Amino acid sequence: MTEVVTEPNVPQQAERRLTIEGLCKTYGSGSNAKTVLDGLTFDVNAGEFVCIVGPSGAGKTTLLKCLSGLLPPTSGRACLDGEAITGPPEKLALVFQEYTRSLMPWLTVEKNITLPLRNKGVSKRERGERTREALEAVSLADSRRHYPWQLSGGMQQRVAIARALAYQPEVLVMDEPFASVDAQTRFELEDLAQRVRAQFGVTVVFVTHDIDEAVYLADRVVVLGSSPCRVREIIPVNLAAPRDQVRTKADPAFTELRSRVFELIRKG
Amino acid sequence: MKAVSTRLRSLAVELWLPVLVVVVWWFWSGSAGLQFYPPLSEILVRFQEMWLFDQFVSDVLPSLRNLLVGYTLAALVGIACGVIMAQLPIARRALEPIVHFLRSVPPVALVPLAILLLGFGPGMKMTIIAFSAVFATLIATLDGVRAADPVLAEVTRVYRISGRDRLLRVTLPAAAPQILGGLQVSLVIAFVVMITSEMLASTEGIGYLTILAQQTFAITDMWAGMLLLGLLGYLFNRLFTLAERRILHWHTGMREQAKTA
Repeated sequence: MTEVVTEPNVPQQAERRLTIEGLCKTYGSGSNAKTVLDGLTFDVNAGEFVCIVGPSGAGKTTLLKCLSGLLPPTSGRACLDGEAITGPPEKLALVFQEYTRSLMPWLTVEKNITLPLRNKGVSKRERGERTREALEAVSLADSRRHYPWQLSGGMQQRVAIARALAYQPEVLVMDEPFASVDAQTRFELEDLAQRVRAQFGVTVVFVTHDIDEAVYLADRVVVLGSSPCRVREIIPVNLAAPRDQVRTKADPAFTELRSRVFELIRKG
Repeated sequence: MKAVSTRLRSLAVELWLPVLVVVVWWFWSGSAGLQFYPPLSEILVRFQEMWLFDQFVSDVLPSLRNLLVGYTLAALVGIACGVIMAQLPIARRALEPIVHFLRSVPPVALVPLAILLLGFGPGMKMTIIAFSAVFATLIATLDGVRAADPVLAEVTRVYRISGRDRLLRVTLPAAAPQILGGLQVSLVIAFVVMITSEMLASTEGIGYLTILAQQTFAITDMWAGMLLLGLLGYLFNRLFTLAERRILHWHTGMREQAKTA
């Protein structure tokens, strides 16, 4: 396993990047109304890696859509650097779960990555540099002229990560990004996520239903309960950095944390 | 070597029937002596005399120009209206019934009105070609844009891809397979309407010359006209397929990838 260098845990007085205050989301109205998010409150500090876990169907995707400005909350608010999120913020990038659907099959890897930069007013030279840097960070420098569908699933998701990195966001939101790749690839991508977080100094909000993954990656784990979705508990993860697939997961502290999260989720 | 022989074989498989038809036609028409089926050799002589190149400028070019202008207009208007109707629900609700009504009207039925309004000139033909051909593209574009994956819409919003980039690099490519299907149907319709409009109301064009030949019992000339129309139709379809393959190379590649994976 490759060693992962992560920044030490963020101190308590760290700058708050994301604040979520009493976030509610209700679909429909009247007797058909269905409350999906019920008063979620938590913060994410600058440079922090926060994992959000919850039972499936808990509303994780709805939460992410509110965070990334794709969906307006019914009440409460989500703020990025103190500003309420009302539409997709320029400082935020999203990695979707479905890599086959989120990349444009008619564009090469390189053009997929530069497309979002064209509207950002990034010069052509800088677009090229950012693309090269992002592709190197995900070890795909040789594939820039390929089309996404010519690559394996894991490689496609790395392209999606590269696209997000080249966008140079302050906050990187990832929606179950490794849910549909095989186990071996998944471990590699987890370590990649840690590596790019350190290299690009980006704040990461990572949604997953995999408890091991959440505990392995996170500085803090936000455990959600279901129907309607509330924050059950926020668990700080003080495992030694750098994390390592073998050593970290053999650590008794890791086992204890994952049991705790598991118990919380089982209670629903 | 093996590749060459496989290619020759597949060529032979494709060509044997057309070659057989031509050979049978040649010998049968040469010896049959039927009034309405002149010998193929004579048809080819008239073909060469008429189209290469005596009446090429006076009749073939006007036909092709009408087709090109009418079809291009249909393609542009069809794609533009299709995209607008797909993205603006109010435009869709307001226009969809009339679109479905107008596309059910047989285009040839409009020729009498078109003659009244626009006369016999090329403007009438271009208009009626464009009008007849526009709906297939419009409806295919509307369906294609609406059927696009919602994840792509989220990607464009999150990454703030907008304006021209969104239209040319996301919306249109995503709907391209359907749009090209519509454009191909439009091309066939445009070609048919080009010929019919010339047969019904014209003093120039391949369709006009062909029907004139029939009416004056110049049967060989009529066959020469039909032969040219058949060849042109085949040629256009061939060119279209080539262009389509280039534009949709990613789509074909992706599907083949999915099959082998």
